[in-house]
Amino acid sequence: MESRKITVTVNGQAHTRDVETRMTLADFLRHDLGMTGTHVGCEHGVCGACTILLDGRTARSCLTLAVQTDGHAIDTIEGMAPNPKDKTAPMHPLQEAFRDNHALQCGFCTPGMLTTIIELLRDNPEPSADEVRIAISGNLCRCTGYQTIVAATLDAAKRLKAEGRKP
Amino acid sequence: MSAPSSPLRSNRVLRVEDPDLLKGSGKFVDDMHLPGMLQAAFVRSPMGHAKVVSIDVSAALEVPGVHRVLTRDDLLPHLATEFIVVGLPSPAYKQDINRPALSGLEVVHVGEPVAIVLADNRYIAEDAAALVMVEYDPLPAVGDPREALKPGAPLVHSSSPHNLLAEFDMGYGDVDAAFASAPHVFKESLWQHRGGGHSIECRGDVAAYDPFSETLTLWSSTQTPHAGRSVLAGMLGWEEERIRVVTPDVGGGFGPKLIFYPEDVAVALAAYITGRPVKWIEDRREHFVATTQERDQYWDVEIAVDDNAKILGLRGSIVHDHGAYTARGVNLPYESAQTVTLAYEIPAYFMNVKLALTNKVPVTPVRGAGQPQGVFCMERMLDRVARELKLDRAEVRSRNLITAAQMPYTKPLKSRGGRQVVLDSGNYPACQADALAKAGLADFPARQAAARAEGRHIGLGFANFVKGTGRGPFEPVTVRVDPASGKVNVYSGATAMGQSTKTMFAQIVAEQLGGDISLINAKPGDTGSIAMGLGGFNSRLAVMAGSSAHLAAIKVRDKALLIASKVLKLPIEDLHLIGGRVEAKSDPSKSITLGQLAKSVAGVAGFVLPDGVTPGLEATEHFVVDDMAYANGCAAVEVEVDAETGGVHINKFVIAHDCGAVINPMVVDGQIVGAVAHGIGNALYEWMGFDDNCQPVTTNLGEYLLITAPEVPFIEVSHHESPTYLNPLGVKGVGECGVVPTAAAIMSAIEDALKEFNVFIAQTPITPGEIVAKIEAGRKSA
Ligand code: FES
Ligand code: FES
Repeated sequence: MESRKITVTVNGQAHTRDVETRMTLADFLRHDLGMTGTHVGCEHGVCGACTILLDGRTARSCLTLAVQTDGHAIDTIEGMAPNPKDKTAPMHPLQEAFRDNHALQCGFCTPGMLTTIIELLRDNPEPSADEVRIAISGNLCRCTGYQTIVAATLDAAKRLKAEGRKP
Repeated sequence: MSAPSSPLRSNRVLRVEDPDLLKGSGKFVDDMHLPGMLQAAFVRSPMGHAKVVSIDVSAALEVPGVHRVLTRDDLLPHLATEFIVVGLPSPAYKQDINRPALSGLEVVHVGEPVAIVLADNRYIAEDAAALVMVEYDPLPAVGDPREALKPGAPLVHSSSPHNLLAEFDMGYGDVDAAFASAPHVFKESLWQHRGGGHSIECRGDVAAYDPFSETLTLWSSTQTPHAGRSVLAGMLGWEEERIRVVTPDVGGGFGPKLIFYPEDVAVALAAYITGRPVKWIEDRREHFVATTQERDQYWDVEIAVDDNAKILGLRGSIVHDHGAYTARGVNLPYESAQTVTLAYEIPAYFMNVKLALTNKVPVTPVRGAGQPQGVFCMERMLDRVARELKLDRAEVRSRNLITAAQMPYTKPLKSRGGRQVVLDSGNYPACQADALAKAGLADFPARQAAARAEGRHIGLGFANFVKGTGRGPFEPVTVRVDPASGKVNVYSGATAMGQSTKTMFAQIVAEQLGGDISLINAKPGDTGSIAMGLGGFNSRLAVMAGSSAHLAAIKVRDKALLIASKVLKLPIEDLHLIGGRVEAKSDPSKSITLGQLAKSVAGVAGFVLPDGVTPGLEATEHFVVDDMAYANGCAAVEVEVDAETGGVHINKFVIAHDCGAVINPMVVDGQIVGAVAHGIGNALYEWMGFDDNCQPVTTNLGEYLLITAPEVPFIEVSHHESPTYLNPLGVKGVGECGVVPTAAAIMSAIEDALKEFNVFIAQTPITPGEIVAKIEAGRKSA
């Protein structure tokens, strides 16, 4: 198998690794970097659980090869909370809104939902409920029926606005 | 017997599970990595039915990075039995058809595993799996359960005498007499299909064998770790002691994960045989071909009513697609047949149920477990009655619903465990009235007429349901104060899979032990920490494990107060638990922490325990209840149907439901709404298709449609609370309820929208194309 050396910045930190050219970005993040926050639910680009931000735009890490991200920046769920290790420190307002609105049950779809909604709120800081539904239409959740995810997104938009913060 | 609800218990408490899950630090089985771990891929049957002539693994073994390829022959020396015997007991079986660990003689469905490849990583394992050469000799396959039961049908297993797996009758009263004298009899044939579970996390296992302690540990995304341990021990011929099954975070269950699978055995044995940890993570395609599904039931039913639409009797037959093996039992169609009459007064009932083997992956419960089908049958028949007798649909139901005054109401039916069915509590007519009022029934005729004038077709439909929850007999819970940390650990086989089980435990235990949820550490789903358990299914955890946790916490509380009174030398009446401490009410400066109390009874060699106190600050309770608690409700839905395209848009969805006392309203809403969305999918989108050779034709999420956010309407939930007397918390299960009435309500609404075309819907799911065809047929006959 052919390998290539790549350097990828994940959540602000650069990682250089030799990877097989056929390795997906999802597997690279999860296995090579041990960042298991990004989940894999279908490996064929439909469920959206594996969604990450690639140079600020959403991408399916199951359909992206690790070598394609050489020299690029990736953001994952692990990078969202300012102090992820501190159990009592506040999380990102979107994460807090997810908790307060019960927008997750098993939590398996959550990483992809969060990254997708971050992109939405950057593009459209005050979305309507229908716009949220369309924005997350590429992310499957079997648990929640989406209703609380929509509520959490609207709530997060309000919080960000109140704090004068960008997502 | 039900306790008054406390602020902690009936409140909207935020979930203890969330922070880790939101920060990406959940611990799902695929997040585990053990040193030296091999990755597995399975070689699976590409045919619906074939003899296995030979298996050649030599080419696969030559792939660099491949360590072993195991087939049935490699597993057999290590197995006391190669069969996974999990069928729930029933006198209805005509044959025992159990799955082997790996199939080596005859494959009976596409996706059946025949070999496991172990390699350095999954990429290599899959490369090599493609090089395992299996020679198959194709045999005829049968996929339609009705065809399978006909004389001369191809045999699903070439060694079976026929394809009838089981047959039973259910009923009561003199149904033939009821029909003989009935003024009206209406007959229907219904096709009901439900697809797969499709948790977003597929299945997965990590297994490791420790030769030092001679124990095998299996971390598995399963709803039932204790059952898994006992099946595995039986197959290996080992003591249960030597096996530990642990459920890490589970990314959704929905039924199929309560089954013990061939892959689980193969992965466990692969770790034992190779001496290396082994991981297998199911991919979505495997989930489509190898994880159990719910699939097809064909119902022929007739209902007898008098001139006032009072039901006189209901009878019929069900042919149920069982799949190729028994992976759970006859329970699924049993629940279907049992559910039909629950909400209504029906003097005579008879149902004949046949379970047919087919060359498809086995059928086992998906969220709702056959009960949506029972409700669908009843509610469709009542809509038919209303139409034929030109009566209001709600009125027809009101004349037949069991009332609150009749509770508890004994149904002349037996649960599958042989217990009398007694509807414990609930106000069914009130739920119907509430749902219809909230759905806007009062002005609906005017709105419908106005829409029609604009050329739009809107319709209102609804369905009542009653659902048995909290399946017994018990679910033990241990509550133990850790002497070192003073934290309260809660252990149970009640596995968490997204239904907020840890939060439920934390609320119930903290309520007794000082009110601080952050002190409670719920660690469910590990056979290593509690001896017995049944697991998570049948909307049972809050009822069964919740009650045990409540009782155990009370015992620990009483003991903590007793020890504290000895140590602090104060009367018990003067003490109370607050935070993690026992404190004197008269003098808050006198207090002792739970950790200190636990230490004082942890035992020091040679020193006496405080007078009259038994060792350890812990309690285990096995709350036993055999009768089920019956939840109920009514779903009402308004749809708009595009008569040109057959597209269905849901304008409004209301569900009034009663799951007894509520532990956490936020969680209950979440369960209901999620299950309703699942039900909408079952009505309009999900279809697991096969061709005539039993080849699955929907094996990815592009072909098999899971509902997405834009198709789900806002779902309004209205709570009714009739606490049950069956458990100390007064709770009933809720996890599956939302799915039960949903398909029935949607079909009723579609029909109402299309009434000018005289459409009757006798199936679920229904596609836009089929709706258009029905409209066309209606137009022609008009
Ligand atoms: S895992 Fe990438 S979209 Fe499903
Ligand atoms: S929370 Fe379980 S899949 Fe979304």
